[in-house]
Amino acid sequence: MKYFQLVWASLFRKKTRTLLTVLSLAMAFLLFGLLQAVNVLFSAPPTFAGADRLIVQSRVSFTEALPLAMRQQLRTVPGIEAITWRQWFGGIYQEPRNFFPQFATDPATFREVYPEYVMPEEQWRAFETTRTGAIVGRRLAERFGWQVGDKVPIQSTIWPQRDGNKTWTFDIVGIYDGRDEETRQRTGVMWINFDYFDEARQFARGLAGIYDVRVADAGQANAIAQAIDSLFANSPNETKTQSERDFQLGFFKQIGDIGLIVTLILIAVFFTILILTGNTMAQAVRERIPELAVLKTLGFPNGLVTALVLAEALLLCAIGGLAGMGLAQLIATGLARLPDFPPVPLNLAVWTQALVAIVALALAVGLPPALRAGRLRIVDALAGR
Amino acid sequence: MLKQILEITWMNLLGIRERLGLAAVVIVGLAGVVGVFTALLAMSRGFEATLAATGSDANAIVLRSGSNAELNSVLTVDALGLVEQLPGVRRAGDGSPLASGEIVVISELPRRGERLGANVTLRGVGGDAFELRPNFRIVEGRRFEPGLQELIVGRGVSRQFEGATLGGTLRLRGQDWTVVGVFETGDSFESEIWTDVRTAQTAWGRNAFSIALVGLEDAGAFEAYKAALAADPRLNVDVERERAFYSGQTGGVTRNIGFLASVVAVIMGLGAIFAALNTMYAAVSARTREIATLRALGFRGLPVVVSVLVESMALAVLGGLLGAVLAYLLFNGMTVSTLGGGFTQVVFAFKVTPDLLVRGIVISLVIGFVGGLLPAIRAARLPVTTALRAA
Repeated sequence: MKYFQLVWASLFRKKTRTLLTVLSLAMAFLLFGLLQAVNVLFSAPPTFAGADRLIVQSRVSFTEALPLAMRQQLRTVPGIEAITWRQWFGGIYQEPRNFFPQFATDPATFREVYPEYVMPEEQWRAFETTRTGAIVGRRLAERFGWQVGDKVPIQSTIWPQRDGNKTWTFDIVGIYDGRDEETRQRTGVMWINFDYFDEARQFARGLAGIYDVRVADAGQANAIAQAIDSLFANSPNETKTQSERDFQLGFFKQIGDIGLIVTLILIAVFFTILILTGNTMAQAVRERIPELAVLKTLGFPNGLVTALVLAEALLLCAIGGLAGMGLAQLIATGLARLPDFPPVPLNLAVWTQALVAIVALALAVGLPPALRAGRLRIVDALAGR
Repeated sequence: MLKQILEITWMNLLGIRERLGLAAVVIVGLAGVVGVFTALLAMSRGFEATLAATGSDANAIVLRSGSNAELNSVLTVDALGLVEQLPGVRRAGDGSPLASGEIVVISELPRRGERLGANVTLRGVGGDAFELRPNFRIVEGRRFEPGLQELIVGRGVSRQFEGATLGGTLRLRGQDWTVVGVFETGDSFESEIWTDVRTAQTAWGRNAFSIALVGLEDAGAFEAYKAALAADPRLNVDVERERAFYSGQTGGVTRNIGFLASVVAVIMGLGAIFAALNTMYAAVSARTREIATLRALGFRGLPVVVSVLVESMALAVLGGLLGAVLAYLLFNGMTVSTLGGGFTQVVFAFKVTPDLLVRGIVISLVIGFVGGLLPAIRAARLPVTTALRAA
């Protein structure tokens, strides 16, 4: 620590150069932070997806609705605690850009499978007993300023009512929230009463959509998934059962190989920054050769001179890198406040990767000039040779 | 004055050789920005081009009113009968109307080398489907036989998904289906799997269609045909020109890629401006004595400014060109797939078009100018006497 002053002073020997390098580094790490956050979001959806939940979908694809009658057979599978089902409603509220997901589900069993959503008891009862009832998440309610008792018209792009009318009006009978911070982030969905929906829709009556199943023991989840799939094997409604996490992951994977694109961009960015910072460091050392020689004359051992230059590189990369990551964190936090934006997690994993990147970059750009500085011969260096 | 500018600039450009390390910073920096930007936009171009090339103006697609996407649409057998008999519909040699009632479902296939599946459109097509899509061509194998569990797959699908190659089997609705052919259309139908519509109806237990594709007498017959559909009280349908319909199915993809490209380009561009500033300040300071000498000899400030700017812009354009060429070599023609408007995969190829290259070079010129301006002004303002003594 006693050399910190020295390192600091040599770093800012040329203020403009250091400042500009720090700014470039900051931009590189800002991009790193944001892109890695997106990458994490797409490659590993948040931990919320309960390990004890399975999603049963048609093997053909999740848009293929499974029949409601299947729930009887599902109940015979040992190890299942609760079963609910949901059908994608595909509705538009006022205009297409107001997009939010809506599903029709069975109120009583929905609660059993998704205990992390909380709502006053009388609202749960109202959801079960109101035919045209719907519940909305806290975030969704705040986005549109909805309150319990509001009537909300939703136009479905898929489901006409029996009379051909595609506008469905739902009564908001409850506003649910998450029982922890993670769940609260996901309260952007509207759930409508399945019985009413099924009765009123023009076609596909008796089709449940997909099933959500909660198992008693998460350790048994794989075995139960296999048991479910073999139960329906060779029937017209063959199933594909996977953990909720895999289901979510599959959803994101549809968008394509985000990871590859992000990696390619970041390689380009870091290659650039490597050349830039490497050049700055090499130049900084070259200019200071006589000074380094003086240090050695004063009795600084070779190793210490190497360490000082290396510390300077690390300090440079750390200032730039942390500034960029800080900025990325600010932006990500700001975005998370927007109602219709998925929360982009700048989590511990991203920060760890960034710290590793900072150290690796510092070594890559600092080591060659540092070794050079350590090997300097005093006489040659003082003579400017 | 012009002579002065030319002389100093030329001298300056020759001097780059002595500052190669610095020059590399600008070149590599700009190559990075322009390369990434070009590659991202090439992706969105390729996607757009694939959808825009899909379908013909002389075909009309009829969907249930308000359904927007083929997947959401349902059309009864009766409706198909009405739709194909209206005036304006092209007739085959035997006098029967050219129309294909089609059923569209989504099937999930694993991407090559991946565990999780992606959605692929499976289309049951009627007999006229091939005549209505003149680009259709079998490149491997043969067409499916109606009544058998046989499929043909688009070339894009067969490249991107496991088991979708000639002779492969796919399991759908509890039955094994054999892939008997691979087809090419040059548009987004290549991202689909086709089978006979009646076979598909039986397997899916449906007796309705999703959409009807109707051939028109010519592209001009569309408006009259649309009016005829609207006038028929037995029908509750929407109709669009086939090409317009598929162009509209881009979903948010183009917008999203454009957004990503701009954000990345702005941040990387800022980084590159700082790098260029750094380089040019260093270049100016390395030439302090030279510039001061020139000024002492009577050269004016403007030529000095211009020479520094030209140097920085020349380096930037060199970098931009390098980036654009790299993007072209690495990505042009690379096929990938992403989610289209109908929630199924669209397979498309990156397309590095000339206008993207031009755009990349414009970006590098701007960055080179901004990065060179401040150092250039500093160079022109150097106090001659102190500068001569310095260094």
